[in-house]
Amino acid sequence: MRQRGLAIYSALALAFLHAPLLVLVAFSFNESRFTVWQGFSLRWYVAAMQDPQLIEGLVNSLIVAVFAALISTVIGTLAAYGMWRRSDTLLSGSLYLSLVTPEIVTGVSLLALFQWAFRFLHLRLGLHTVIVAHVAFSIAYVTIVIAARLRSYDHSLEEAAMDLGASEWHAFSRVTLPVLAPAIAAAGLLALVVSFDDYVITSLVAGVDSQTLPMVIYAMARKGVSPVVNAVSTLIVVSFGAIILISQRLQRE
Amino acid sequence: MALFFAAPMAIVCAYSFLTRGDYGGVERPWTIESFARLVDPLYLAIFWRSLWIGSAATGLCVLLGFPLALFISRAGRFRNLYLQLVLLPFWTSFLVRTYAWLFILRDTGLVNTALQSFHIVGAPLPLLYNDGAVLVGLVYNFLPFFVLPMYATLERLDPALMEAAADLGARPSATLRRVIIPLSMPGIVAGSVLVFIPCLGAYLTPDLLGGGKTVMLGNLVQNQFTTARDWPFGSAVSLVLMLASALLLAGLMRSRVAKELL
Repeated sequence: MRQRGLAIYSALALAFLHAPLLVLVAFSFNESRFTVWQGFSLRWYVAAMQDPQLIEGLVNSLIVAVFAALISTVIGTLAAYGMWRRSDTLLSGSLYLSLVTPEIVTGVSLLALFQWAFRFLHLRLGLHTVIVAHVAFSIAYVTIVIAARLRSYDHSLEEAAMDLGASEWHAFSRVTLPVLAPAIAAAGLLALVVSFDDYVITSLVAGVDSQTLPMVIYAMARKGVSPVVNAVSTLIVVSFGAIILISQRLQRE
Repeated sequence: MALFFAAPMAIVCAYSFLTRGDYGGVERPWTIESFARLVDPLYLAIFWRSLWIGSAATGLCVLLGFPLALFISRAGRFRNLYLQLVLLPFWTSFLVRTYAWLFILRDTGLVNTALQSFHIVGAPLPLLYNDGAVLVGLVYNFLPFFVLPMYATLERLDPALMEAAADLGARPSATLRRVIIPLSMPGIVAGSVLVFIPCLGAYLTPDLLGGGKTVMLGNLVQNQFTTARDWPFGSAVSLVLMLASALLLAGLMRSRVAKELL
């Protein structure tokens, strides 16, 4: 009896977690513009693909996400490797700290940094500042994924390589790097998603001509709800789900 | 790492002690005026509001998440499936998840349309742009943060302890109150802190679902850096938020809880 009560309660809690997204997805296929079901239609998807602002946002977001993911994966991998070789409490502390820092605080501090740097450089806010900002917050995610993989990696493998005459660099690139490859790919995909999704930090450091997809969606959601937003959201949810699934598979290897 | 994290933080620290410039930005002289303004009743109200909403959201997460975690820890071979179900929405876009509630709660949204078509209410209920909507959004977004550590703790409890309690005549409710809850306290504390930290600094959820009326600390920071163009004050508020998050995290990492879970 008690067990059943617990099960029903849990089912409701799970429904609370899933219903909103399911409803959102369902109504993206609705014929009507209003929240009344009037039959299946793909018209909002067609409308989304013909919207120049959404397309521009998508292109910008893809550029940013790909660059940010590549750069942060390189830096994050090296940081994790460095922490594994010589544990550094200051570094690992600031790693966790950057994960719990409210996004808005990260955003304004990067904005302040950029504005300060602009005194010496003749630059303005734009896609490049967005990329730098995204690298800054993606590193922590990459480092944590790689560090988790390194925890179960045996120090003696590298030592054996060096005993057999490999230089430190060779031991890293020929022995450790191949072992880490799946984790690095997983971390890169995670960084891609994290970067593509960000609105708060991006909105602060983006220039007038560098709107990303989340910024366009935010502006549309603010104006009032259009089923076009539902359609775009559905596409995002599905592609994120696929990428994360691949990423998790890779992490288990 | 240092460059990407410490440098921006150092700048914010410095800015918080400067005077605001005419067109945004900062000027000398150095001053602690921005910190003095933090105790202005107007801003203190925002502090209390953020603390209150953050605590309420954390409380709701405990109420919703504890039974869920208990259920999952007893679900046998379905454990991993249920855990994946809890995590699944978490891996979709944060903006999309918040927008979903906008879609459900607004005047012409799902709930109001349904209520009106069944003639339960005449005019649409004001479900959006209030504290309630913000609370729902926060709980929805951060519930997995509570469920995961809670599950990890409950899963490690020795079932023999519960059986022993039952054998000694404790009813299920007494077992829950006197055995399970005290033993799983580390998980409850860890999960609560993990929910409370992001709630305290939340920006997007109160912005979209609170509609400008529910101003929390995150919105105050954003406003000072954009519309109000008072960077020193915005920096001071950021610094306070940052310190609060760091202290909570440090407390969590030092406690027995972290050693057991991480």
